[in-house]
Amino acid sequence: MNTSELARRDKFQFSMLLNDKRYRSYTFQFFALFILICAMAYLGKNLLENLAAAGLNISYSFLGEPSGYDINQRLIEYNSQSTHLRASIVGVLNTLLVAFLGCIAATFFGVTAGILRLSNNWIVAKLMMIYVEIFRNVPVLIWILIIHSVFLAFLPQPKAFRGENPEATMLWDAFAFTGRGFYIPKPVFNDGSLLVIITFILSIVGVFAFRYYARQKLYSEGKLLETRWTSVAIFFIPTILIYFALGNPITLEYPELKGFNFKGGIHARGSLISLWFALSIYTGAFIAEVVRAGIQSVDKGQSEAAGALGMRPNFIMNLVILPQALRVIVPPLISFYLNITKNSSLALAVGYMDITGTLGGITLNQTGRAIEAVLLLMLFYLVISLSISAIMNVYNRSIMLKER
Amino acid sequence: MKKSVIISAVTIAGLTAGAAFAGTLDDVQARGKLNCGVSTGVPGFAEPDANGVWQGFDVAVCRAVAAAVLNDSDAIEFVPTTGKTRFTALASGEIDMLARNTTWTFSRDVDLKFEFVGVNYYDGQGFMAKADLGVSSATELDGATVCIQTGTTTELNLADFFRSNNMSYEPVPVETGSEAVTNYMAGACDVFTTDRSALAARRANMENPDEHVVLPEIVSKEPLGPLVRHGDNNWGDVVRWTLNALITAEELGVTQANLDEMSKGTNNPEMNRLLGSEGTLGEMLGLDAEWAKRAIAVSGNYGEIFENNIGESTNIGLARGVNAKWTDGGLIYSPPFR
Repeated sequence: MNTSELARRDKFQFSMLLNDKRYRSYTFQFFALFILICAMAYLGKNLLENLAAAGLNISYSFLGEPSGYDINQRLIEYNSQSTHLRASIVGVLNTLLVAFLGCIAATFFGVTAGILRLSNNWIVAKLMMIYVEIFRNVPVLIWILIIHSVFLAFLPQPKAFRGENPEATMLWDAFAFTGRGFYIPKPVFNDGSLLVIITFILSIVGVFAFRYYARQKLYSEGKLLETRWTSVAIFFIPTILIYFALGNPITLEYPELKGFNFKGGIHARGSLISLWFALSIYTGAFIAEVVRAGIQSVDKGQSEAAGALGMRPNFIMNLVILPQALRVIVPPLISFYLNITKNSSLALAVGYMDITGTLGGITLNQTGRAIEAVLLLMLFYLVISLSISAIMNVYNRSIMLKER
Repeated sequence: MKKSVIISAVTIAGLTAGAAFAGTLDDVQARGKLNCGVSTGVPGFAEPDANGVWQGFDVAVCRAVAAAVLNDSDAIEFVPTTGKTRFTALASGEIDMLARNTTWTFSRDVDLKFEFVGVNYYDGQGFMAKADLGVSSATELDGATVCIQTGTTTELNLADFFRSNNMSYEPVPVETGSEAVTNYMAGACDVFTTDRSALAARRANMENPDEHVVLPEIVSKEPLGPLVRHGDNNWGDVVRWTLNALITAEELGVTQANLDEMSKGTNNPEMNRLLGSEGTLGEMLGLDAEWAKRAIAVSGNYGEIFENNIGESTNIGLARGVNAKWTDGGLIYSPPFR
C-alpha cells in the first residue's frame, strides 16, 4: 500500500456516508434529526391550523390580567387582584421552596440510612433495609396521600385547643401542632437587629478563618490547635454579647388562637409539611441505596489501612471512605434531586400551590389557555432541572479524581 | 390532571386540520355512541349507581340527547371530568357535549369558544359549616379556612366575596368535590363552599346531615347548563332543543306515563309538533320526527327528572324554587316549538 492509495482512501466520497464507520453515525443522526424536526413541524402546523379553525390563537396576554383567585402560601406579596404572572411566580417560589427543603432532607435521610444499612448491628441494618424497601417500592403519590391523611387524622384541629379544658395544648405556649400545619414563633426584627445579624455572619466567617489558620499551623509547624471549643465560642459569644448590649432587638412573635385559626408566628402548612416529608423520605430511600453502593465501592483495604494507622471509625468514615465514595454517589444524586423537583408537581394532591397548581392549574382553567400554560410549565421545569444539573456537575468536577 | 391536559393539547395538535370541529352529529351517528362529559361524581347530579350505571340530573340530559340522536339512551360513553379537565376535553373533541354543573359565564362562552345551550339548573354559591362551630352567617367567617374545588367559578366568587366584605380567609384547594368533603370532615377546613345544590347533595350523603348547616348567604349566580363547542351550530341546536323538549314537555303536561297516548295526536298543535305527529321539526334538526318523543321517553320530562334525582322526595331534597317552570313563577322556560 503506497501513499497515493492512502490519500485516495482519505479523500471524501459520497458513498463513505454509508460505508465508512467514521461518517455513518453522522448520517443516521442527521436523518433522525430531520425526521424529528419534520414531525414537530407537522404537529406544530396542525396545532396552529386547528386553533385557527376553532377561532383561538396563541397569546400570552393573559399573564398581565388580574388572576382573581387567592393562594394560601405566598412568599411574596400577592392577592386576588395581582396578575396571573405574579400568581405564577408565587407558584414558582413554592415549588423551589419544597424542592430545596426536600433535597436537603432527602440527602439527610439517604446518607443516614445508607451508612446505617452497613452497620454491624443486625437490627439497625435490617431496620434500614425495611425502610428502603418499603419506601422505594410504593409510588410517591401514594406516600404523599398516606402521610397527608395521617397528618390530618392524628393531629388535633385548632378547635381542640379552645375552651376551658382543651383536648390539646400548645408546647411551651409557643408551638402548636395542628392538622392544618405547625405554628411556630416568628422572629420580629426591631431597630438594631441588622447589627446582630451582621455580627452573626461575621462570626461564621470567623470560625472558618480560624479553622483555616489552625490547618495552616498544623501543616507548617506541626502544632495541633484546639479547634472545637474555640469554634463554638467564636460562633456564639460575639452575637450574644451584641444582642444583649443592644437591648434584645430581636423578639419573637408567638402564635395565638384567634377566631377559627391560630394567628401570628410562622405557619408551616400541613400541605407543605406532608409533601416535603413524603418527597424526602421517598427519595431518601433511593439515595440510601446509592450511598451504600458508593461506600461499598471503596476497597476494603482502604479502611483496613486507615485502621492500621490508628484512626477511629468515624474518622475512617469521614476522612477516608466518604470522600472516595462521593465520586460514585454524586452523579446519581443529581438525578434524584431532579426527581424531587419534578415530583413536587404532585403537590395538588394535598392542595399545595406549586407552579403546577397555580399556572398549570387555576390560571390554566380560568383563562382556558392550556397550550400556553403547559408550554410555560415545561420551560420552567426544564430551566430548573438544567440549573440543578449544572450546579451539581460543578460540584462533581470538584470532587472527581484529579489526574495529574 | 396535568397529564390529561397535555394529552388533550397533543390531541389538538394531532388532529387533522379543518375537519375536526364540524359535523359532530354525523360523527356521533357514525360512531353509534355519544361521548358525554360528566362530573367525577356528585350525588343526584351525576354518579354511577350500585350497578355502575351512571344516574342523575345531568346524566339525564346526556341520555335524552343519546335517545334523540341514536335511538338508544345507553349508547353513551360517560367521560368523568374534573373542574380542571372538562374544558380541554370538550375543546379537543374528546367529548361531544359537557353536562356537568358548569356555570354559564361570559368568558367561557366568548373567550373559551363554547356554546351554552341553555340552563338546566339555576344555582348559587353557598357555604356549609359544622353546626357546632356556631356560625349563622357567611359574614362571620373572617379568618376561616375554606375548602374549595379548584378550577371552578366558585374559586373566583370566594375571593370576591371575602374581599368585598373585608375579611381574610385561608383557601384549601382540592381537585374534586369528594376530596373537598374528605378534608372538610377531617377538619382541615372550617367551611366547604360550592354551588348550593351540590352542598345539599353532599350534606344528604353525610353520616349525620344534622351536624352540618348550609349558611343562608348566596354569594353568586350560577346558571348551570350543558355546553358544546363553538362552530358546530347544528349540533348545538340538537342539544339545545333536546333540553327544550324536556322543559316544554313539562309545561304541556307530557309525562313518561302518558307519552304514548299523547304522541298519537292531540288537539294541542304545539304538543303535536313536539312529539312529531305534525310538522317537520325533527327533519329541520337532521333527525327523524320522533326524536323528542324518544328523548322524553328515557326519564320523563324536566319536572320528572328533577323530582326523581334531586327533588324533595329524594334524600337530596332540593325544592324547585327558582327552578320551577315559568308558569309556576320559576325561571325554567323554553322557547316555543314552532
